[in-house]
Amino acid sequence: MRSGAWRALRRRPVFWVPVAILVVVLAMAVAPRLFAGADPADCTLDRSMAPPSGAAWFGYDFQGCDVFARTVYGTRSSLLVGVLATALAGLIAAGVGMASGYLGGWLDSVLSRLTDIVLGIPLLLAAIVLLHRATANGSGHGIWPVVGTLGILGWTTAARVVRSSVLAARQQDYVQAARMLGAGHGRILVRHIAPNAVAPAVVVLTITLGTFIASEATLSFLGIGLRAPSISWGGDIFAAQARLRQAWWPLIWPSTFLAVTVLAFIMLGDAIRDAFDPRSR
Amino acid sequence: MSLLDVTDLRVAFGPTTVLSGVSLHLDPGETLAVLGESGSGKTVTAQAVMGILDPPAVVVGGCVRYRGQDLLTLPERERRRIRGREIAMVFQDALSALNPVFTVGYQIGETLRIRDGLSRREALHRAVELMDQVRIPAARQRVHEYPHQFSGGMRQRVSIAMALALDPAVLIADEPTTALDVTVQAQILDLLGELRRERTMALMLITHDLGVVAQVADRIAVMYAGRVVEQADVHQLFRAPAHPYTAALLRGAAISGTPPSLRDLPSGCAFHPRCRYAAAVCRTVAPSTVDLGGRSAACHFAREVLVDPAAR
Repeated sequence: MRSGAWRALRRRPVFWVPVAILVVVLAMAVAPRLFAGADPADCTLDRSMAPPSGAAWFGYDFQGCDVFARTVYGTRSSLLVGVLATALAGLIAAGVGMASGYLGGWLDSVLSRLTDIVLGIPLLLAAIVLLHRATANGSGHGIWPVVGTLGILGWTTAARVVRSSVLAARQQDYVQAARMLGAGHGRILVRHIAPNAVAPAVVVLTITLGTFIASEATLSFLGIGLRAPSISWGGDIFAAQARLRQAWWPLIWPSTFLAVTVLAFIMLGDAIRDAFDPRSR
Repeated sequence: MSLLDVTDLRVAFGPTTVLSGVSLHLDPGETLAVLGESGSGKTVTAQAVMGILDPPAVVVGGCVRYRGQDLLTLPERERRRIRGREIAMVFQDALSALNPVFTVGYQIGETLRIRDGLSRREALHRAVELMDQVRIPAARQRVHEYPHQFSGGMRQRVSIAMALALDPAVLIADEPTTALDVTVQAQILDLLGELRRERTMALMLITHDLGVVAQVADRIAVMYAGRVVEQADVHQLFRAPAHPYTAALLRGAAISGTPPSLRDLPSGCAFHPRCRYAAAVCRTVAPSTVDLGGRSAACHFAREVLVDPAAR
């Protein structure tokens, strides 16, 4: 099946366009030096909010830092937070969703209520509380507290999707047929049930990834996400929007990068979903 | 000794009893039709024999002997070994019995790869052979196709090929033709009959269709409300039924009343509210199975029904 999905993907521009974008974004995250000549920490207040020019195509921000350099260097943390938090959320969602859908019974009741409770917690409020604790402990402020917080709070929708896919697949005759031919629980879950949950989960997680990148931006704006010297699109967007009427360029570039990256993830998610579902080929 | 011997099998669905003592047997190489209306417990019987009952359904009594060995007391590991290799099953709706995300070749071969340790290539080769055996044209090309690319009849052939992969001695077919067109039904029945002969395999054919029974069965077990009410050779049964329910089925007339709810079975004989022969004893005492010499029926008046010309 893997090779079948790959064959279907290979032919589709809707797959290659986001892949191309994400490869560039990923390269920026890994080696920002290749893209930006200027040092993002080289800031001088006498060129504060200097408009785009031949020397700096994207202009300078309020602090007099090169906007393009900051945007390129910000890719790493924004992307890393988004991807890692999504991976964590996906892992929790897969575990909770499969256990509650396949095993059922009281475990399902407990896990489903837990999902409801976590879903009911406002993301930002809980993140403020959790991250405030993390800062209070003086543990510094890398990406990990942000990743952990977003992952722990953001898995619920995906878990519900996984659970319902598992529930639907478990009823199918082909699961019975696999049991009839002597397959064990592990094999049935991994080979026959999980593939049904992959496509919907991927789609949900792609959207989640976008919201995580945005949430990270929000948290950074509130001063409890990533902090200087970390550079992130979110932080820069919110720093720039206060002075939007004086200078548009510090806002537009990180925003564009953010939007394009999120769009690329969503397109990729769609393409993967189509490829995993042989009926839509 | 029979190949498969089900004795007094009881299955409950929580507080509801769905099988209240099913007894039937299957001899090597024969075709047994299990006949009954929806809800009479045909499918549950098959699932209990396979050991694939879905919770909350559980076996609460009786035994299922395969070559003399009680399957119900076997540890799960041993039972899994028997599934597919000794007893296999074909499901009613082949579309949902096949996983939509795998090619049919992969699905037929999967069992062989896992159970017989065949390589991918060998399994695919064997899948083509099996597809040939169930008479799917151009098997070599079609082995790479997905279930939705097959027609209903071809799909059912694929699921039969899957069930036959490990060369089982018993094949249980649960209404294998119900979801198909009438013309295709006959082809699938013929195929099952031919495969049974070629492989000297015993076939347990679950159906609600008397025409199907007459076409392929050697013997018949008639089920009603979770019991086998009559078991007989097909000729004997069509010539002279020994249970009033069978008699009513054969007459083809609508049976008065509605099938009983399993939650609230009538006292005594479950069929008595709809029975022409019902007497006082039928309301209070559940009939035991009467041996009528090579055939049996669970009716207080089995001998009377058997000789009653009006029953034929």
